[in-house]
Amino acid sequence: MTADVSLLNLSKAFNGVAALNDVSLEINAGEFIVLLGPSGCGKSTLLSIIGGFLAASSGKVFIGGKDMTSVPPSVRPTTTMFQDYALFPHMSLRDNVAFGLKMRKVGRKERNHTADTFLDMVGLKASANRKPHELSGGQRQRVALARALSVSPDLLLLDEPLGALDMKLRRQMQDELKAIQKEIGTTFIHVTHDQEEAMAIADRIVVMNQGAIEGLGKPSDIYMRPQSLFSAGFMGEVNLISGTVTTINKQQYTIKTKIGSFELLADAFVNSEPQVGKDVTLCIRPEQISARSDAGRNLKPLIPAKILSSAFFGTHFRCLLAPDLAPELRLIAHLPQSSEMLQGSVVDLVFDTANMTVLLSA
Amino acid sequence: MYSRLSNVLCGTYFIAIYGFIFLPVAVLVLYSFQDGTLPIPPFNGVTFKWYSEVFADSKLMSALANSIIVAVLSSIIACLLGFCAAYALSRYRLPGSAFQRILITAPMTVSYLIIALGLLVLFNWMGIRLSLWTVGVGHVVINLPLCFAIIYASMGDHQKNIERAARDLGANNFQVMLLITAPMLMPSILAALFLSITFSWDEFIISFLLSRFDVTLPVEIWSLLRSGLNPKTNAIGSLVFLLSVGLLIILELFVFRQRSPK
Repeated sequence: MTADVSLLNLSKAFNGVAALNDVSLEINAGEFIVLLGPSGCGKSTLLSIIGGFLAASSGKVFIGGKDMTSVPPSVRPTTTMFQDYALFPHMSLRDNVAFGLKMRKVGRKERNHTADTFLDMVGLKASANRKPHELSGGQRQRVALARALSVSPDLLLLDEPLGALDMKLRRQMQDELKAIQKEIGTTFIHVTHDQEEAMAIADRIVVMNQGAIEGLGKPSDIYMRPQSLFSAGFMGEVNLISGTVTTINKQQYTIKTKIGSFELLADAFVNSEPQVGKDVTLCIRPEQISARSDAGRNLKPLIPAKILSSAFFGTHFRCLLAPDLAPELRLIAHLPQSSEMLQGSVVDLVFDTANMTVLLSA
Repeated sequence: MYSRLSNVLCGTYFIAIYGFIFLPVAVLVLYSFQDGTLPIPPFNGVTFKWYSEVFADSKLMSALANSIIVAVLSSIIACLLGFCAAYALSRYRLPGSAFQRILITAPMTVSYLIIALGLLVLFNWMGIRLSLWTVGVGHVVINLPLCFAIIYASMGDHQKNIERAARDLGANNFQVMLLITAPMLMPSILAALFLSITFSWDEFIISFLLSRFDVTLPVEIWSLLRSGLNPKTNAIGSLVFLLSVGLLIILELFVFRQRSPK
């Protein structure tokens, strides 16, 4: 089953300190939403309010069009997958998964059958009689997922469920989560502070900071067209360079910065209308900078810079550069793995202006 | 040289400490088989006659039954109350919770004599006649703090999240307590239960002061002792000891061993 969710003006304060500040969000039925933000940004608080474990100071929660604001968790059409799994240690896996059905007064035979089906879905049918302490972390995680899904919730809440797993297992579980979500169509709301995880699984990402939503959109939009300086900085590395809009010429805008002038289209302005004289910030992803020799295309402008250091990252060289025009500034560029980047040498940088974005300066 | 000396010292210490603890019990058990009328040296030979006399003594046997009933019932009540108190104090924000915790554990520091006197005065004032029930109440009073302390110590935040998961899956508060919290804490609940059964089984002062016609075993043994030493008292003492050891072994086998592999 599945349901849409709408959150209206949710606020929450703990002892006078605001944890959530007037958050509103519309989630479609069957969507995989990721709440992304640093610790303390309010994402877990928001999840707890949706699950009914915390009462909001103000605002409303609608699930499937019904007002759930003051409904206790046991009656909400939601279930939660907890970070520490929270499996029942004294019960077999089958009894763990069947617990929710037992609470719904489903007969033993039927609920055991359903539990086995869900254990099968997560690949643990053969272990149905074992106890949680006999399993590895990844297996416990799967049981927690099966248990949460066994009662056919309209909405599954995932509270940093992959935080305790190692990198390889985490990738694998991300793929499985995504596949299972597509298969059953239940709305998923997943909390994480890991932007790679968010991009890997989300239909839409909600970037949160200090109790408010900073950005909302498809992973590619969140990364390529961040809606705030915070989003830009949180979703991977970015070079933020302040400048001023100087001329407008037929949809072409010139932005003057310390390291040179850039010509951008109106489309690059994400959160403001372009206006001459306005102070703006250029967001340049490290992979949007290349050295001329290996660029191949005729990109502009050319900006000479000195390589201060470079490190090999497998897929690219990560270089720290000081532009000649403003040697006190630092640029980070991801240059191709084939290039030989010598420390101290000067390279001509070219910028992929078509994909750069402009934000209003804070 | 040095290590040999320390080995000898350790061995002596080992023998001394276990001898100190168990020699009196060993002597008690040995002279329960005394073929004679006095449980004092010399040891005349082995006989089981004192044991058959114990089992033939209807007063002793009914005292034994009384002791078992009082120990089991009062311990179950003490455990139940202790569990409820521990659950409330660890899961809910209660007014003056630190103070309440101190109040519940306080009887542990008060001597049994004072507790017994207090209860005696109270029962008199309320017009309640002394019986096995009043003894049971006394034992709940002394065992409740113990049960509370053991169970409360084993309630952690990790279990809190597990209870939250149960609630999330549709369990109400009572179901959470019955199906999740109690089974999860079963090792410590059983430890508390068995310990308080042993304490109640052995307890004398409260049983003595709060009983009248029906008495528990320690009280009956005490009245036997008043008529002088007798191998029969050794025999009943050995039986009491055997039962306590039995409980301890059950506790070790089924409660503490289960915990260790985790």
